[in-house]
Amino acid sequence: MPKTPLWDLPELPKNELPLHLQLQKTRVFCNNDAPTHTENIHYSGAYAAMGVDNSLRLDEFRKNFKVKIIKLNEEDMEFDLIGIDASIANAFRRILISEVPTMAIEKVLVANSSSVVQDEVLAHRLGLIPIIVDPRLFDYMSENDIPNEKNSIVFKLHVKNKRGSGERRTVFSHDLQWLPFGSEYALPTENPSDPNSNTKPKTYTSYTFSQDTLPEFSSNPITVTPGIIISKLGPGQEIELEAHACKGLGKTHAKWSPVATAWYRMLPEVILLQDIEDEDAEELVKKCPVNVFDIEDMGKGRKWATVARPRACTLCRECIREPGWEEKVALRRVKDHFIFTIESTGALPPEVLFTEAVKILEDKCERLITEMS
Amino acid sequence: MVMGVMEGSDALHPSQGMREVDKQFLAAPVKSAVDKFQLVPEFIKVRGLVKEHLDSFNYFITTDIKKIVEANNFVRCTFDDKVYLRYLKVSVGKPSVVKDGITDEMNPQQCRLGEMTYSAPICVDIEYCNGSYGHIVHPQVKKGVVIGRMPIMLRSSHCVLFGKDEEELAKLGECPLDPGGYFVVKGNEKVILIQEQLSKNRIIIDKDKKGCIQASIMSSTSMTKAKTTLVMEKEKIYLNLNSFTSKVPIMVVMKAMGMETDQEVVQMLGRDPQYAALLLPSMEDCSNLGIYTRKQALAFLDKKHRKWNNSNNSNNRKDDGGALGVLRDIFIATIQVKDDDFHRKCAYVVVMLRRMMDAYLNKDALDDKDYIGNKRLELSGTLMALLFEDLFKTMNTGLVAYSDNLLNKSSRSTKFDISQHISREDITNGLERSLSTGNWNLARFKMDKKGATQIVSRLSFIAAYGYMTKISPQFEKSRKVSGPRALQPSQWGMLCPCDTPEGEQCGLVKNLSLMTHVTTDEEEGPIITLCTNLGVEDLSLLSGEELHSPSSYLIMLNGSILGKHRRPQLFATSMRKLRRAGKISDFVSVHVNEKQRCVYIASDGGRVCRPLVIADNGVSRIKHHHMKELKDGIRNFDSFLREGLIEYLDVNEENNTLIALYEGEATSDTTHIEIEPFTILGVCAGLIPFPHHNQSPRNTYQCAMGKQAMGNIAYNQLCRMDTLIYLLVYPQRPLLTTRTIELVGYDKLGAGQNATVAVMSYSGYDIEDAIVMNKSSLDRGFGRCIVMKRHTAVYQKYANTSEQFSTPSRAPHDRERNQLLDNDGLASPGEIIRHQDLYFQKLVPENANISVNAHPSNIKYRPSRQTYKGAEGEAAVVDRVALCSDKRNNLSVKFMIRHTRRPEVGDKFSSRHGQKGVCGTIVQQEDFPFSERGICPDLIMNPHGFPSRMTVGKMIELLGSKAGVSCGRFHFGSAFGEPSGHADKVEDISATLVKHGFCYNGKDFLYSGITGTPLQAYIFMGPIYYQKLKHMVMDKMHARGMGPRQLITRQPTEGRSKNGGLRVGEMERDCLIAYGASNLIYERLMISSDPFEVQVCRKCGLLGYENHKTKAKVCSTCKNGDNISSMKLPYACKLLFQEIQSMNIVPKLTLADS
Ligand code: SF4
Repeated sequence: MPKTPLWDLPELPKNELPLHLQLQKTRVFCNNDAPTHTENIHYSGAYAAMGVDNSLRLDEFRKNFKVKIIKLNEEDMEFDLIGIDASIANAFRRILISEVPTMAIEKVLVANSSSVVQDEVLAHRLGLIPIIVDPRLFDYMSENDIPNEKNSIVFKLHVKNKRGSGERRTVFSHDLQWLPFGSEYALPTENPSDPNSNTKPKTYTSYTFSQDTLPEFSSNPITVTPGIIISKLGPGQEIELEAHACKGLGKTHAKWSPVATAWYRMLPEVILLQDIEDEDAEELVKKCPVNVFDIEDMGKGRKWATVARPRACTLCRECIREPGWEEKVALRRVKDHFIFTIESTGALPPEVLFTEAVKILEDKCERLITEMS
Repeated sequence: MVMGVMEGSDALHPSQGMREVDKQFLAAPVKSAVDKFQLVPEFIKVRGLVKEHLDSFNYFITTDIKKIVEANNFVRCTFDDKVYLRYLKVSVGKPSVVKDGITDEMNPQQCRLGEMTYSAPICVDIEYCNGSYGHIVHPQVKKGVVIGRMPIMLRSSHCVLFGKDEEELAKLGECPLDPGGYFVVKGNEKVILIQEQLSKNRIIIDKDKKGCIQASIMSSTSMTKAKTTLVMEKEKIYLNLNSFTSKVPIMVVMKAMGMETDQEVVQMLGRDPQYAALLLPSMEDCSNLGIYTRKQALAFLDKKHRKWNNSNNSNNRKDDGGALGVLRDIFIATIQVKDDDFHRKCAYVVVMLRRMMDAYLNKDALDDKDYIGNKRLELSGTLMALLFEDLFKTMNTGLVAYSDNLLNKSSRSTKFDISQHISREDITNGLERSLSTGNWNLARFKMDKKGATQIVSRLSFIAAYGYMTKISPQFEKSRKVSGPRALQPSQWGMLCPCDTPEGEQCGLVKNLSLMTHVTTDEEEGPIITLCTNLGVEDLSLLSGEELHSPSSYLIMLNGSILGKHRRPQLFATSMRKLRRAGKISDFVSVHVNEKQRCVYIASDGGRVCRPLVIADNGVSRIKHHHMKELKDGIRNFDSFLREGLIEYLDVNEENNTLIALYEGEATSDTTHIEIEPFTILGVCAGLIPFPHHNQSPRNTYQCAMGKQAMGNIAYNQLCRMDTLIYLLVYPQRPLLTTRTIELVGYDKLGAGQNATVAVMSYSGYDIEDAIVMNKSSLDRGFGRCIVMKRHTAVYQKYANTSEQFSTPSRAPHDRERNQLLDNDGLASPGEIIRHQDLYFQKLVPENANISVNAHPSNIKYRPSRQTYKGAEGEAAVVDRVALCSDKRNNLSVKFMIRHTRRPEVGDKFSSRHGQKGVCGTIVQQEDFPFSERGICPDLIMNPHGFPSRMTVGKMIELLGSKAGVSCGRFHFGSAFGEPSGHADKVEDISATLVKHGFCYNGKDFLYSGITGTPLQAYIFMGPIYYQKLKHMVMDKMHARGMGPRQLITRQPTEGRSKNGGLRVGEMERDCLIAYGASNLIYERLMISSDPFEVQVCRKCGLLGYENHKTKAKVCSTCKNGDNISSMKLPYACKLLFQEIQSMNIVPKLTLADS
């Protein structure tokens, strides 16, 4: 952008910034060497000298804020958050990764494991298997809590490869069986010699009723994501264990993170600073690996390049790599337009995850307000 | 490379078969490069990577052992010379174990687990005679007498693993990727390191410490081993020999050997008057001594002859014949003297003289001791042969002594039978002892080597390989010269230029390259005959004058003079042709040295050599169809050798060649073409991607670090019971591989993980090469490792009883303590074990030396326990429990205790480019930066690691791996591989990146995870293979408050293993003094260390004591307690006083009022 002295600028209406400042405020400039103007200007008086008020106005935010869902299925979703500050979009992302609770296997009681996979490793692998259940139906389990039907899920895994079968047996995550009644393993009692003192031996969990009597689970039993390889068994090897899941946060361990990943990117904006015609246009179209540019026929055998799909730009900077091209093409990012992607692990559908994240942020804000007042 | 002579004649006379190939070449329009890479895996396939060890051992066990036994095959009693024993045949059987009289086959894995030696019986056929007692007795023959057990090298021809395929190996519990080449001795894997030595029997011209030119030769025959040195001091030439008390003028020696006239010597030296002039001072010297005849000379030498005081030696040398004997048997022992004909030896001395004079006249003629061609590598076979020979002789002398002793006895109850008295323990124990201690102490060969063997450390798969290729140096590491440490141009392709340790051993310890082969001894006889047939005029037929006649060349075979040849080039070419045709061994080297006017033929063992493609006039003999046949499996490496397409060249012969790196670079003078340039690197350096883009020391660092990287050890890693095993839970194969990685099998047994690395600064916890790690990655298993330690417990045996299994008590108060134990008193596998937990309990007899006839039920036992000592608060798991008998045949129990660890702050990581760093901090994933595609790095590395290290290879690795993951193809980064397509070019990688929407330079647009805004720079990000090194904080972290103290000084113990204190050393103390913190010093050095209250007598100044009961303080010197003061002193100080007193020095304390 050519530099113009301030006094040469045309008179501007109040409440509007000069064009280049406006650009700098709203766009990230992705130059060849480094991105510039990446930061957001929050200070309300940042442009006071020009008579522009930079404070955030709620009604304006309400007016401008938009959410556009681009893609949505069971596992992932892509949507646009328009008119929001990066800090808030980032807060959603951070909360999604680490603060939306899920259920994950935390304790593994190994009765027998003769596979080559070591017990700790096996437990670690089991922990990372996503459990398809709504975590909102469960309570957190604190250290002194006794596991019950409200705060834990129990799975059983008992796989055996018969001796002499001659082949390996793969243990999959779908071999895990849900035990709605809780653990089947009896706690080691103080005096095992006394069998008739208690009618029912105490187990590792104390369920008062079966989980499958709950309306949420009666029709759809709790399962885990199928098809994940847990271990392999040689002939004669056996795994027998119980896995106890509880509710937790991704902060504590990544296994409780409800998303495989959640991220956003700012909306790409590709601007042709000059008219790019004929050979240059073809060259430009050829440069882009994701076909951002198109060629438009101007008639009379002349062609020029247009930006057809700026959203597809991956910022490979190929179009401005060669010297001279930076003056022709400008790559920018819109600072308040976020293309947000959530890849769920399966516990909750992605759209629910996002609303959960919003709720958590809301809670946090409320807590802050109450703490401060 | 570009040296020496052209083989013009070879190219001019192509053999019949060659013509055909040439025609084909003419038909081809241009020289097209043939991809010869396929030869390398083929070579590795037929050869394995440790063939030199196997070959050497095989040679010993099949050939050399027979020679040794044959040379010492006759044993005769001194007492009765009718009693004798003759060895007829010797052979080594299959590895087996004898248990309770039953011979069982055995395999190496059994030996490792059962602490046995993997050995095979040495069987001999003997013919013997037990004496006649006056009658005529026919000798008896016994077959298959076992004289001892020979430890067998794994994968050698006598090993059970020999020729087995993968499945059979798996059945035997063996890892198919394990190279073998080591021994299993008492359960330990021992490798005999390759020893580097100066060539034997070769004339080496160099300068001694004073700068005098000397010619030395280390002559070694089966009988003697002696060093002969001719030295030129002040123009005069002397002989230095150990058998003479001082140096001897050379002309005296010549005269003593029968060359009485000076003219003869001068004649032999050659016509050029220069040489005669140089010899003149020596001749004058001789005449000054008044020695003119042989007799006089011998008399002179006799005086100088060192008499051996040692009775043992004089016994052996009863007939050494004085100075003449020395000249005959010790002086240049390689040249054997028959019937007092010293002509050959004289000629040899003259050749030495001539070469010295050449060196005097022209300094270039000095030999380079560091030149690889002047070196020999001694391998396991050679060392074992020496050891065996020594033990065999010892056994025979022992047999004689024992028989004499028996026969000497006047009354014998049994019939004497010499065959019964062959001791099999001598050889078995001797071999086993030397292998397990590494001490090669052979008085007979004046050999005293320490540390010849090492335990194969199974830290990682590559570490084990490293041991097989390691060459231990001949020099002491203390020597301050740089020559031996420097990189030698002649080691190109033979020894790895990268792989050497840092520090004092730097440059001395070397490693073999990928394709290096080490020769074994070859029969000389056929070669001599062949040479004669090819027109070599024998030395004995030549007059003295002809020895150095300018018209012909000397022919030397293994250091001794064979004769002369008038057309040396033709001779060399025909020799080479015969070799290529397979008429003589592939490893015979023929080397024409024009400067010395010599043709050297070498067939001795220990030369390093490597295969090269033969080229005629710069055109490779290997054509496309050959390679195609190779691919189709019609050919193998051997057939290439057989048909003369490839040959082995040793370092000396390389001097006669012009080797082109690539076919395209060949000129018409080119004689050979390299197979693949990356083979100049060894196994360890071969793992580095793009090493040719790195600063050289970085590759060296990686060679050392690759051996410390955790990963997979072997396929049988979970069945091994090593003392310490480090494993990675999720090892990966590198995304950016090299050809060496594929050849070695590192892609199957990797030691690292592909981590997505962002090169940026983050958090400040990444200074000084520290790395920042992503907590979620660690949660998901990155860098997780398993450490397994072996704990052993033994059930001791006693005269009458032994320690017993013990059933732990299950009583309520014992239950908790005994919960790990099974009913046999051993912890059961799978149990979680913590610090101070009990894992073993046994019953020990209360009285060990109970009388033998006590009834078993009378023996009382008490339980004895072992507790686990690990880090506090850490839960380990009992992985396996194995019962076996140990070395002393006691029942021993081995517990493998496993601990799984996730990386923590302070653990050491390294990439494959010598860039090590510790984990500086662990950061939540949401705080990590993320890319446009949602990729979050696993670790962040500071960019300051790059400029000073100049590891460009690491950057290319990042690019290549990134391209690899985006296009789904493993990329390659073999050394120097770009021209031949074994390494991807950066341009191509960049193109791939762009195609998949990345920036060509690998830099991504990243958003800060903390603020959510884009970072103000593009970040270089992509996968790099990271290794977790064995140095972990958990094993090193240490602190203590109160704790154990040493017994004598009462100061805190030292070292982490003894829970020792942290020392305030001299320098720390100095700082505190300088600062004036006297109370702190007092507290550190006294109160917290070893405070002690002493009673001091003010009068005599000595220490008194306090009577414990009466509380009276007494000075034992003054015999009263009048002047006693008590004061505080470090206990060590009091100890010092007493120790000094015990040496009759009286330390006195003078007390002043405070
Ligand atoms: S930066 Fe790359 S993807 Fe974006 S428009 Fe330019 S060439 Fe296309």
